[in-house]
Amino acid sequence: MPETTFIIKRYNPEKGVFYTSEYKVPYESDTTILSGLIYIKDYLDRTLSFRYSCRMASCGSCGMVVNKKPTLVCRTLIESVKKPIYIEPLYNFPIIKDLVVDIDIFLDKLKFVKSYIIREKEEDLDKEYIVKPEQLDLIKHSSSCINCMLCYAACPVFGSDEEFIGPAALAILYRYLHDPRDQAKSERIKIASLKNSAYMCSMVGQCTVVCPKGVDPSFHIQRLKVISTLNNLFS
Amino acid sequence: MDKYSHDVIVIGGGAAGLRAAIEAASKSPKLSVAIVSKVYPMRSHTVSAEGGAAAAIKPDDNFDLHAYDTIKGSDFLADQDAVELFVRLAPREIIRLEHWGCPWNRDQEGKIDVRWFGGMSVKRTIHAADKTGFYLLHTLFQTSLKYDNIVRYDEYFVTSIIVENNRFCGITALSLRDGAFHFLKGKAAIIATGGAGQIYKFTTNGAINTGDGMALAYRIGVPLKDMEFVQFHPTCLPGSGILISEAARGEGGYLLNNKYERFLKNYVPTKMELGPRDIISRAIVNEIRLGNGFKGKHGDYVALDLRHLGEEKIEEKLPQIRELAKTFVGIDPVNELIPVRPGQHYFMGGVHVDLNTSTPVAGLFAAGEASCVSINGANRLGSNSLPECLVFGAISGEHAAKFAIEHDYCNVAYENIQIEEKRIFDQLLKKESGIAPAEIKYKLKETMEEKVGILRNEKELLEACREVEKLKEMFKNVSAGDKTMIFNTDIVEILELDFMLDVAEAVAYSALYRKESRGAHYRTDYPERNDKEYLAHTLVYKTREKPQIDYLPVKITKWQPAERKY
Ligand SMILES: Cc1cc2nc3c(=O)[nH]c(=O)nc-3n(C[C@H](O)[C@H](O)[C@H](O)COP(=O)(O)OP(=O)(O)OC[C@H]3O[C@@H](n4cnc5c(N)ncnc54)[C@H](O)[C@@H]3O)c2cc1C
Ligand code: FES
Repeated sequence: MPETTFIIKRYNPEKGVFYTSEYKVPYESDTTILSGLIYIKDYLDRTLSFRYSCRMASCGSCGMVVNKKPTLVCRTLIESVKKPIYIEPLYNFPIIKDLVVDIDIFLDKLKFVKSYIIREKEEDLDKEYIVKPEQLDLIKHSSSCINCMLCYAACPVFGSDEEFIGPAALAILYRYLHDPRDQAKSERIKIASLKNSAYMCSMVGQCTVVCPKGVDPSFHIQRLKVISTLNNLFS
Repeated sequence: MDKYSHDVIVIGGGAAGLRAAIEAASKSPKLSVAIVSKVYPMRSHTVSAEGGAAAAIKPDDNFDLHAYDTIKGSDFLADQDAVELFVRLAPREIIRLEHWGCPWNRDQEGKIDVRWFGGMSVKRTIHAADKTGFYLLHTLFQTSLKYDNIVRYDEYFVTSIIVENNRFCGITALSLRDGAFHFLKGKAAIIATGGAGQIYKFTTNGAINTGDGMALAYRIGVPLKDMEFVQFHPTCLPGSGILISEAARGEGGYLLNNKYERFLKNYVPTKMELGPRDIISRAIVNEIRLGNGFKGKHGDYVALDLRHLGEEKIEEKLPQIRELAKTFVGIDPVNELIPVRPGQHYFMGGVHVDLNTSTPVAGLFAAGEASCVSINGANRLGSNSLPECLVFGAISGEHAAKFAIEHDYCNVAYENIQIEEKRIFDQLLKKESGIAPAEIKYKLKETMEEKVGILRNEKELLEACREVEKLKEMFKNVSAGDKTMIFNTDIVEILELDFMLDVAEAVAYSALYRKESRGAHYRTDYPERNDKEYLAHTLVYKTREKPQIDYLPVKITKWQPAERKY
């Protein structure tokens, strides 16, 4: 079985020091980087910490930076990347330990964009809303975010100012703004118009490039800018 | 040690836990509801559910039809009063999720669309492409942010439930972020910790599905019900165990053996690919034994053929299946066959609860896959679990809230909490040296896979019980390889392994004692169903020695047990 080297950037929070560890990992044509990390944890070094669960690119736990690129390691084959493999924690977030970062700031942003349907009154439970397939298509991509945080790690604007609401939360804002069941359009446009919202984006577009789920935050943010601008012009 | 207090503590932030928390929180803004979860709620394994959620919402459907399909699917082990309650409430929950923004697929008129699923006699599976669990979970999680009286403890690992005089008092939890040990005081609690697929080697479940809540309950004397009924899903990718949803067959996919025959004609001729999972999984095992499987590097397999569906339909209805097959086995189902084999998928059994989701401990409830009401009996029908999480999650939230309003906190003997703290810090963390958890974990998975799998017999089940006992002995010598406090995932794995061993024990012993074949529990030495002796739920209790087995009659309302033929 071929072998490769994982070079992992580590952080020891108790001592407050960064260091690197290197491990030899055997792999086959279908071994993922995540399987490699689990191998290290099981057999080589039990002090290594990282998050994972679903191993099928749906839970969003396993975001890391692989060879400088924000990546979901469960869906990335060892075979497909340059070796030795250099792994770092996600950029732009405080590091808790090793490859584990603190994403609480995103959860605050999610709440801030009011990530839920707002209506004057909830309908009775015997009645479904009519939503045409083409209306659903409008939110198809923006509702596919798994909150993996790769886009925040790739965003230079968030990197320099954490006040920025950021790609995923703005995509989710777009999603609720375009949901035909929602009745809080003006409230949402107000959020889109804030200083730390859509306008802050400088259109680097890396968010869209790194997204593993085909969400296009860059596009959604540009649309939010247009919607906010038009709204300001006509109100 | 410090303490926090909440009226209702929900352990788990998957579909069942979130639905429970929202229900409890909406009963009164004065109630403080905690969600304690070892991962951020949106990481819970509900996120991976693919195919859909069943409910009788269409004019050609009705409650009795959904109930009978479920009961027949369960091989008549489901409690019929529970099933009747379930099918009546499921449509409301589906519509509620719709009102909260869940993007269910629509028909041309804009109404909620339905698809075929195994064992269902009409199209009744509501879905959001083939990522139903993802949409459902994120809808619930994002909706939960609306409630100011829901307090989240993200990445808090629950280590024990504290009970005094058969009354729930609180839980102990380890905060992964800082390694602090907490006692959370509660008036009522809901166990919503999901399944335990990790006790098997080849499973569709995520790494976090280690059966913690089942073991937590088992340890405080609450019986686990029907643990021998473990569902094996027919179509998983060899190697990883990643699920290829039944929706693939619901949308018209075929299963083929190496002669390119739709071999199910010899097993479930009337239902073919839409037969129930237990029967199809056994059919695949049998085909492979007959030498009719394809050879692969991860063992023999059969093939799932979607080619005739065409690219457009696959993209519209099964986009994730295509993505998974491409990413993990390098195959595009539009023009190639997908290799599949059966893998552990779901626990029909779980914490014993009644129709109100109450356990025998006052103030302690359970819902979702961790619990057993039972609506699934000996074999769950695909797409009945998500609605079960919603229906019984809501019921548990309501009853826990009611309990909390009517009762006060109970007084806790702090020695009990200190004992738990010592167990974790002195026995596991500080112990100088010992064996690594991986050594035991992989042996356990191997044992369960080989001896408590799809086909079972007395000899192997006995061996499995002994092996699990041995591994439990070995576990006493485990020590943490990471001695630090902050985000120590080594200690988490050790605590999880400890839970897994308890769950495996419960499964193996329950399987040993049920000397018949029913649903997913197939005994080659007792190949027939035996209603005379075993039309009953197994209850397994933890004791100092061997687990104790008891039986509880099945509740039958209007459908008499009949031979299960498809
Ligand atoms: C791949 C796959 C596909 C599926 N597809 C379908 C489908 O199409 N239709 C269907 O009906 N069913 C499906 N199922 C089954 C269904 O998804 C599950 O049964 C259901 O989602 C379980 O939900 P839950 O809320 O009970 O548990 P989970 O979603 O597993 O959540 C468990 C929660 O408990 C928490 N937890 C666990 N232990 C602890 C602890 N010690 N301390 C703190 N927190 C803890 C976890 O953090 C998590 O938040 C599928 C299952 C799988 C694996
Ligand atoms: S482990 Fe879930 S996304 Fe990678």
